[in-house]
Amino acid sequence: MLAIRTEALTKDYAVGFWRKRPYRALDRLTLEVAAGEVFGFLGPNGAGKTTTLKLLMQLIYPTSGRAELLGRPAGDVDGRRRIGYLPENPYFYDHLTAEELLTYFAAVFGYRGRARRDRVARLLDEVGIGVERRLQLRKFSRGMLQRVGIAQALLNDPALVVFDEPMSGLDPLGRRDVRRLILRLRDQGVTVFFSSHVLSDAEALCSRVAVLAGGRLVASGRLGDMAAFQVRGWELVMTGLDEARVDRVRDRLLGATRIGDGRYALELPLESAPDRLVAELSAAGAELVSLNPVRDTLEDFFVEQVTRSAASAPPRWPAGGGA
Amino acid sequence: MKALRVVGTIAVSVFRESVRDKVLYNLVFFALLLISASYLIGQLTAGQDVKIIKDLGLAAMLLFGLFIAVFIGIGLVSKEVERRSIYSLLAKPIRRHEFIAGKYAGLVLTLAVNVAVMAVALYLVLACMAVTEPAAVRAAWEAPAVDPAMLEAILLIFVELMLVTALALFFSTFSSPILSASFTVGLVIAGQFDSDLKHFRAIVHSRVVADLTRALYYVLPNMAAFDVKAQVVHGLPVTAGYLAVTTAYGVSYVAAVVLAAMVIFARRDFR
Repeated sequence: MLAIRTEALTKDYAVGFWRKRPYRALDRLTLEVAAGEVFGFLGPNGAGKTTTLKLLMQLIYPTSGRAELLGRPAGDVDGRRRIGYLPENPYFYDHLTAEELLTYFAAVFGYRGRARRDRVARLLDEVGIGVERRLQLRKFSRGMLQRVGIAQALLNDPALVVFDEPMSGLDPLGRRDVRRLILRLRDQGVTVFFSSHVLSDAEALCSRVAVLAGGRLVASGRLGDMAAFQVRGWELVMTGLDEARVDRVRDRLLGATRIGDGRYALELPLESAPDRLVAELSAAGAELVSLNPVRDTLEDFFVEQVTRSAASAPPRWPAGGGA
Repeated sequence: MKALRVVGTIAVSVFRESVRDKVLYNLVFFALLLISASYLIGQLTAGQDVKIIKDLGLAAMLLFGLFIAVFIGIGLVSKEVERRSIYSLLAKPIRRHEFIAGKYAGLVLTLAVNVAVMAVALYLVLACMAVTEPAAVRAAWEAPAVDPAMLEAILLIFVELMLVTALALFFSTFSSPILSASFTVGLVIAGQFDSDLKHFRAIVHSRVVADLTRALYYVLPNMAAFDVKAQVVHGLPVTAGYLAVTTAYGVSYVAAVVLAAMVIFARRDFR
């Protein structure tokens, strides 16, 4: 079953003051996200990620195309009972405490009495909001608001969560907590669809990603299947080496970098056998620290796709829309 | 039933926000105004004091209510959109028209509490005067100090405030707070002269202008119709028929304006 399906989803905005003209924020996005997967929606700023997420939540209406969430059209009110949404840089009511905000939203879902109190308390515990839950939200830092935002998105035990930049504003501990939370949701069978431009998050969490640039989908698929992530060499780190020893094997290396104190990072081509070189250098008194395969990172892939898209992109002004 | 629950939940939240924003502090000013005015007027006038207090009390009730209706009403929707708090809320199982209905009901609830407390305060001050004034002064009063007829004026003040709230909410669904305030206050002022438009035909020669003013007469809210303070203060009767028709007019106008707000809000993009 599909958790999210979009078909040629397009959004034009009217821009300009006197002479309005359409600006294409999202261009015929067709995407499928299977139930139970963690899907990363990547792209640089202005790529159309937030526009897509707002279309899915029907905070904005599409110019053309369609979207379905959990088998229902986007915007279906009853369908939202099974969906959680965290907007980008969430902002809530200053006058409410975190506890009151969640109680308010829980009431919208129809939770009452003790069940509501327990649910609110459990979620605030889960996102790490302790005694601060009785403080008014105007006193919260951005990171704490982000945590409250995540808690409110999970109030209804959703089958699908849509997070817009969930790591935004969080410190390293907060990022680690959110990563764990996303993995826990995945283990519970929840589909997680999140936008990000922090690629390490996507690498750590996602089974599949889609890359958006200039309002268009430029790549999508399983991280492991993408050619860019195949092994293209080896990186060997050894201690007890000196410049003379490295020079003796330099013709077999793609590169050698001195890290310090007799420690060197040696880069080998894929076809070479790193174990033979390790044995040879060990015999000469060196010691192995680490041996790792070298792959292109998601960042390399991302930069390549976005650059290629920028070079070949059609104008974002649809036909008849001006310059 | 679900819709009612959602509307009620949003309304209670608006009421709570108003209370937290210290909106009800105006009640303290109102009480102080009445108590100090009754003391001062008692020193200056003979026989007119109750009339002046009633006049002042009812006018202050309307004025304070207008401030709340306009200055909270214009932010009801636009503030949520500007601050983006609406994103999380509308992603919940809420229909957009339920959001508008809840916001409106919440502010009307705030105004109802406000008007009710002011009415009690006004009656208390008047009751004190009725007890403390000498019989000779009381004999000069056109109507008793504690006059149930004042409730008729208070009812129409409340309906007028409901109407102003609806107008502020309507403008708030598509324009900025400053523009919403300007439009709402403009309509409230124009509405005071609405009945004059009806007779414009007699003093203009242009048929176009006459038709235009006639059309405006029907479109603009007739605010003056809600003002029965003078009759009540002077002990003149306000018929039940007038009360019923004026209330029905106000409620119908409110329904039309809130419906228009719902239609506009349902089509909006929250960029």
